Amino acid sequence: MYDERLPGLRRRGFLAATGAASLGALALAGCAGSDDAGTDKKSKGDGAPRRGGRLRAAFAGGGAGETLDPHKASLFADAARAKALYDKLADYGADLSAQPRLAEKWEPNASLDRWQVTLREATFHDGRPVTAADVLHSYRRIADPRQAFRAKASLEPIDLDASRATGKRGIEFVLKRPTAEFPNVLAAFGAYIIPEGASDFDRKPIGSGPFRFASFTPGRSASFRRFDDYWEGAPHLDELEFVVANEESARVNALLGGQVEYAHELDPTTARAHEGKGRIEIVRLRNSAMQAFCMKTDRPPFDDPSVRQAFFLIADRRELVDGALSGAGVIGNDLFGKGYEYYADGLPQREQDLDRARALLKRAGAEKLTVTLDTSSVAAGFTEAAGIFRDQAAKAGVTVNVRMGSKDSYWADILDNGTLCCYRSGAMPIESHISQRLLTDSTTNATKWKHKDFDALYQQAQSTRDATDRAAVYGRMQRRLYTEGGFLIWGFADWIIGTSKSVKGVVAEAPANTLDWARFDKVWLA
Amino acid sequence: MSGLRSFVARRLLLGAVQTGTVVVLVFALTEALPGDAAVALAGDQPDPARIEAIRETMRLDRPAYERLADWAAGLVRGDFGTSLVSGRPVGHYIADGFGPTLVLAALTVALLIPAGFGLGVLAARREGRRTDRWISSVTLAVYAVPEFALGTLLVTVLALRLGWLPPTAVGYGTDLLAHPSALVLPVLVLASRPVCSLSRLVRAGMIDALGSPYVAQARRYGVSAARVTWTHALPGALAPAAQHLARTIDWLLCGVIVVEALYAIPGLGTVLLDAVAERDMPVVQGLAVVFGTVTVVLNLGTDLVLRRLAPRAGVAA
Repeated sequence: MYDERLPGLRRRGFLAATGAASLGALALAGCAGSDDAGTDKKSKGDGAPRRGGRLRAAFAGGGAGETLDPHKASLFADAARAKALYDKLADYGADLSAQPRLAEKWEPNASLDRWQVTLREATFHDGRPVTAADVLHSYRRIADPRQAFRAKASLEPIDLDASRATGKRGIEFVLKRPTAEFPNVLAAFGAYIIPEGASDFDRKPIGSGPFRFASFTPGRSASFRRFDDYWEGAPHLDELEFVVANEESARVNALLGGQVEYAHELDPTTARAHEGKGRIEIVRLRNSAMQAFCMKTDRPPFDDPSVRQAFFLIADRRELVDGALSGAGVIGNDLFGKGYEYYADGLPQREQDLDRARALLKRAGAEKLTVTLDTSSVAAGFTEAAGIFRDQAAKAGVTVNVRMGSKDSYWADILDNGTLCCYRSGAMPIESHISQRLLTDSTTNATKWKHKDFDALYQQAQSTRDATDRAAVYGRMQRRLYTEGGFLIWGFADWIIGTSKSVKGVVAEAPANTLDWARFDKVWLA
Repeated sequence: MSGLRSFVARRLLLGAVQTGTVVVLVFALTEALPGDAAVALAGDQPDPARIEAIRETMRLDRPAYERLADWAAGLVRGDFGTSLVSGRPVGHYIADGFGPTLVLAALTVALLIPAGFGLGVLAARREGRRTDRWISSVTLAVYAVPEFALGTLLVTVLALRLGWLPPTAVGYGTDLLAHPSALVLPVLVLASRPVCSLSRLVRAGMIDALGSPYVAQARRYGVSAARVTWTHALPGALAPAAQHLARTIDWLLCGVIVVEALYAIPGLGTVLLDAVAERDMPVVQGLAVVFGTVTVVLNLGTDLVLRRLAPRAGVAA
């Protein structure tokens, strides 16, 4: 039973334009059917959504150690399941800007260190309304110093002791410092809202998400049913089942054999083999994973900006994307977040220029340079990228020794050791990339980029209320990184998903981990 | 009979010592690896404060001998400890993983014994003739194909091209017997190589036995060819085959990692793979105990069978 209540209204516009009153009305009216304010954007050529059916989705999982505790989410499978059962106050759009979800609106004070957040009218699966107390409880649980929840670091700007509920659906967040990008905090990975007093996450999880819990066996399957009272309108599907298959070939085979309708995380070679052959659909989520080499800017030879610039010019990005990513991606321009909000897309695309690279190295007195490149099989394409770059560097007279590291401790090992390493990152707002990796006190500053004036620019951006002015500050920071930063960002890998032909409404413009990625409430079976 | 009893007691004691050694060895080796569960879990967010917090929550900050002692004490009480990652009892992991692996192993053995012995005896009786040459070359060829390749080939042809069988057991969970069609391919892949090695062993043993003086004597007495084959020659060929079978069952039970991964079967192999990937030490240790025990018990059983079959040959420990 499909009921198009708000034809032609795009979700972005919908969320920005609708106030509390109309939302209340919608919540009342919306119970009868599904409002599909967002589907026109994504369902191009997919026809009208149909209600009903069960969709089975295969993910790589965490085996018998899996849990439905949304705050413990660390894998894609965890995030997808948490998204079905729970909501966050905000989530990332395709350009990684924060989009309101459970929060209906947010309003900062003049100095950007107090934010008044108003919740929309939503209910948990057991019928209780989502209240300010639930939000504060969830955030306090995440921030619990005795726990190590992933979102804890993201919530760090909030002074939770001073923050309080201003009503049933109003919360005043007090921040430790001005934070213009505070909505990003609300959208942080794993910052899900659970009901106050929730404890039994694996047997009886209660959330406010589009699906309610049916059953769960760790490492095998989790099945959920449609939540008819979902604030954004009930999902089209009756049932959703997550199954776990860690081997990529098992996921593909299950999809080809009709055992599942959605297979997450496929190899580029698989995608090429089946794309356009008519058996399954291949969806490529662009700009999902940044691929880079990371130079430590605080030690030789990379403490000399000329050497870093020379390395920027050594890389043949096309060859790296084709070789290390099997062509499934786009080339980078040494800046994080291609296509995201605030991305400096006006800077010229960097090309390989071996002559200039040699000249720069000569000027730096670094001819016949030898460096060690740390890599590991921790991520797809790492060892291939290292090999390709070694050959490219050889043409500029630089000897690169590739060193294979341990898979388990790679990220911790490269944080402080070595000089050059392979690096990658999932999608996150440019602001988060900067605050986590490029400030003097950043916890994972792998390039050792520590500049007081750069930190100051970040503070300035965070205390700039006007979005255009803020964008200008981000532009300055990115130009600096482009000329002399430590990240040689050569590409952005696609995230590849396979679906059966009957699955409609899967959004392609959604980098992994954004709102529309693995979003099964807007998907239907034709 | 008391000789047998003391033999069993000695073997059991030895087995317990072996299992204990395996566990301590696994513990020591994992300790020696770079990084720990906290580092592995932190992944690409290796924030030192977060790693420290994870370490503390998991109580990894205590010295290794203390953790080993705690765990060993629990083991005496039948408590395998709790998983570092999920906090669930390790016993549950093992119990859950055991079912599918046991089903696979039992079915494979049920197929393996008649097929292996049948082919071996047939080849031996037709030694040098066309049937023998056929059996010998096909078993050699199939034996040379790794499980992964064979599995992929069978899935592509039988499941995806012809559509006769489901390609994986995805979503069926532990209740594999309710979906017998999903078991066909895994069992075929699992059985293929042991059938080959077993039939070749049986063939070789049978040829030796058929050429032996006691079989010649039996023939001279006019015993029928079938009786000579099955009751005179085969038992002599059984000893090496039984040992081989025990090793095969052991291999099957200890989680056939490749096949379980390929067909998405949540058995012990999958549990082991995940636990190793996440450095979930209590689970790895629990599995080491189980695998050690299974190996010891199976070998003990084989030795007893061998003692019964070929008492004069003595028992190779």
